[in-house]
Amino acid sequence: MSDKIKIKFTVNGDSEEREAVVGETLLKFIRDELNLTGTKSGCEIGECGACTVLLDGKPVNSCLVLAVELDGKELLTIEGLSKNGELDRLQQAFIDHAAFQCGYCTPGMIMAARSLLERNPNPNDSEINKALSGNLCRCGAYQEIRDAVKDSASK
Amino acid sequence: MSDLKTVGTTVPRKDAMEKVTGAAEFIEDRYMGPMLYAKMKKSTVAHGKIVRIDTDKAEKHPGVKAVLTGKDYPNMIGLYLIDRTFLAVDKVRFWGEPVAVVAATSEKAAAEAVELIEVEYEELPGVFDPREGIKPDAPIIHENLGNYEIVPIFYPKPGTNIANHFKIRKGDIEEGFDQADHVLEKEYYVPQMQHVPIETHKAAVQWSPDGKLTVWSTAQSPNVVRQLLAKSLDIPMHKIRVISSYIGGGFGCKAGASIEGLLVPIAQKYPGHIIRIVFDREEDMQGTFTRQALFSKLRTGFTKDGRITALQYEMIWDGGAYTEYGVNIVRAAGYSSTGAYDIPNVKTDSYCVYTNNSIGGPVRGFGMCEMQWGIERQIEEVAKHLNMDPLEVRLKNGMKRGSTTASGQVVHDVDYEKCLKLVADKIGWGKQESGKDGKLRGKGIAGLVKCPAQPSNAASSAIIRINEDGTAHVMVGATEMGQGMLTAISQIASEALHIPVDKIDIKVPDTDFTPYEWQSVGSRITYTCGTSVKRAAEDALGQIYCIAANLLEVPQEDLSYDGKKVYSNKDPNIKATIREIADSCKKCTGEGIAGPIIGRGSFVPTNMTNLDPETGQGNPGLFYCFGATGVEVEIDPETGVVEILQLASSIDAGKAINPQLATVQLHGGTIMGLSTALYEEVRFDKGIMLNRNFTDYKIATFDNVPHIDSFIVETPETNGPYGARGIGEQPMIGVAPAIANAVSDALGVEFNSFPLTPEKVWRALKDKK
Ligand code: FES
Ligand code: FES
Repeated sequence: MSDKIKIKFTVNGDSEEREAVVGETLLKFIRDELNLTGTKSGCEIGECGACTVLLDGKPVNSCLVLAVELDGKELLTIEGLSKNGELDRLQQAFIDHAAFQCGYCTPGMIMAARSLLERNPNPNDSEINKALSGNLCRCGAYQEIRDAVKDSASK
Repeated sequence: MSDLKTVGTTVPRKDAMEKVTGAAEFIEDRYMGPMLYAKMKKSTVAHGKIVRIDTDKAEKHPGVKAVLTGKDYPNMIGLYLIDRTFLAVDKVRFWGEPVAVVAATSEKAAAEAVELIEVEYEELPGVFDPREGIKPDAPIIHENLGNYEIVPIFYPKPGTNIANHFKIRKGDIEEGFDQADHVLEKEYYVPQMQHVPIETHKAAVQWSPDGKLTVWSTAQSPNVVRQLLAKSLDIPMHKIRVISSYIGGGFGCKAGASIEGLLVPIAQKYPGHIIRIVFDREEDMQGTFTRQALFSKLRTGFTKDGRITALQYEMIWDGGAYTEYGVNIVRAAGYSSTGAYDIPNVKTDSYCVYTNNSIGGPVRGFGMCEMQWGIERQIEEVAKHLNMDPLEVRLKNGMKRGSTTASGQVVHDVDYEKCLKLVADKIGWGKQESGKDGKLRGKGIAGLVKCPAQPSNAASSAIIRINEDGTAHVMVGATEMGQGMLTAISQIASEALHIPVDKIDIKVPDTDFTPYEWQSVGSRITYTCGTSVKRAAEDALGQIYCIAANLLEVPQEDLSYDGKKVYSNKDPNIKATIREIADSCKKCTGEGIAGPIIGRGSFVPTNMTNLDPETGQGNPGLFYCFGATGVEVEIDPETGVVEILQLASSIDAGKAINPQLATVQLHGGTIMGLSTALYEEVRFDKGIMLNRNFTDYKIATFDNVPHIDSFIVETPETNGPYGARGIGEQPMIGVAPAIANAVSDALGVEFNSFPLTPEKVWRALKDKK
């Protein structure tokens, strides 16, 4: 059987203690162990950004991080953004601007944008382009995403 | 139509809340039950006989439950031409073709077992270029072509690699060239591209002991999956249930049936278990439909005042290893082969040719991007030849109300001129800007047109259930892959029923419960499904009136309905609320009047016909959607990098059901067009796909996407719901030629193929000097 290691972490504000399989990715752990299926898989080799989550506040491709690295850290996924049914204002801005079509890239996109806004509360287009350049949207909602990020920043 | 309440307004997407919170369920997010995981063994040669497959070691590997090869499972499948098996049987026809599949208790065990399968091939000479494949002495890829079942609107040539030869003979081509003062002839090439939806193809199947097959699939059409599986496996349709989830992008690659049937025999061995397969990115790139490459030759005859009198178009398509779907792309490109122009004399030959490259199939545009690339480039050359304004040549020859297409179909609701002028004005057509620091600027425009490519009787249907409290459920078989179907269809229902959108529930399809829909493809759903829903709403409305008349004892013609109540026109105090009417209505005496209200509506086209086998003349178009793209570029001659300074896109939606979503869709299509124009090309080496990930196959991202100016034109479609027509694919079509026309304007060199990579542009400039 695969080796397992006990890890302690917080996920979306709650402390957790779980066993993680050595060698398993954080993406798999989030989806299969924590049952947080909002985080998506699009390539599993760090090229698409669909799996973006925040680890200690920093955006990471969860397909490139090992689950055991979560030990002692704070994990924020898309499910942790809305509080008591109230949307985060970035989520609301995504709705207002229809900043997605299929929505498959959206959780990763929102997490990456959220982290940008924490670092830079008032990003311009080129700063948004740079910060989100690792997040692909095949539906091509780029213009709407830029508008949503700027709009939510200005509020 | 100005009194519309919901149609034509921007309401938030029905799926918005779920999609921004991570709650939206895609297939892989669903818990279905005890699971077995499947992985494929793929061929390592592009064309070869399977001499031996040894699955012994794989079968004994811990965790493995079943190994299946083509010999065990030779059933055939295909949409228009049944030329495929789920697993290769005696020979493989492309690199990466599945030859066996393993199901195990974990993905890891399945992957390990796949490595233990030994396959021996006897390699056969391959065909990697359809221009070679069409030759009489080419190696034959499908020896059995003559025995395949095929819809009789396609014309394969048994004994060759030609899976379909579609012809247009309109007017008199000789005479057309006689009338011409000039003739231009050029060759064009469009390479393969991949759709790369961020969600790959996925499917799961379950067999229940009573013989029911349940399928979960990312397919764009649950009903077609059901139909093709029923035929292939000889299972009656009521014993197959196909369940859709939200789909993470389709763009054509998830049309038809693809991987669903792969797992059925394994499911039959393990009743109750769910057998699931998830394509990884590489498998999705290489094992699913690619856009067929096109080699074409175009000859245009025109008068000195810029009137096109004759067009001769030869298209040789790289159909890939299987062309079950591709044959229809070749047909569609053929019957549309004059693009957005009214040309009296046309001779077109469009050939679908088998090769040993990846399978060709539907992609956004369904042949139009590839075919109209040639048209829009050649129009530019015509203008240059005559020293005329290319916009003027387009306006002079462009289709108008009453024009005829290549197949002789008369188009009705057209304002192509407006589409062209909007983008031309926006980019400052006619004003030449000069670039800075030695950079070169140019402007270009291109037009576009597309009709849905579908069988002439492709049907839709809808059911509307009115709840006891007057809210409603709309049930349709269309899928939601991002195009906004749920929202647009709800708006149509809302408009027709006078019930607010937020009182209408709509879900993605499940063939056991939702009514028939042919396919969510071809930009047809707003029109076809929308019409069905409108009819279902009208049917429900008729029942509401009928019940109210009975209850109120007022003749129906004297009643009005405002969405909340039905009342007498003569005395508005005589009224009944929708709740009273919908809740199994009874009279004051307690006698029942009528049960729950269920509206039904269906649609099948009545304006489409078969095409003449020799001339291709007839009516293949349900509706025609026109548009245009305008671009200003700046090129760095040192690097060949093309920068897009302005990008304007117009589309004639007839009526935008939801203007915001229509605009987003217009942007999305334009961006996909931009991405293919500048970056995308699948590369093969003797059938081996070389770029199989996002690093090697670049698509446009934030940095590459400029601001887009969009224009939704609204020339009502006479028979569309509230005047609407579909626009999903169209915005992509004009982008590549518009960019090439702009680059050509800037540099004074011609481009006959895309993508316009820096290298290609730089070389073209260098060759010019
Ligand atoms: S799935 Fe992690 S970057 Fe694509
Ligand atoms: S919304 Fe579909 S990939 Fe971004």
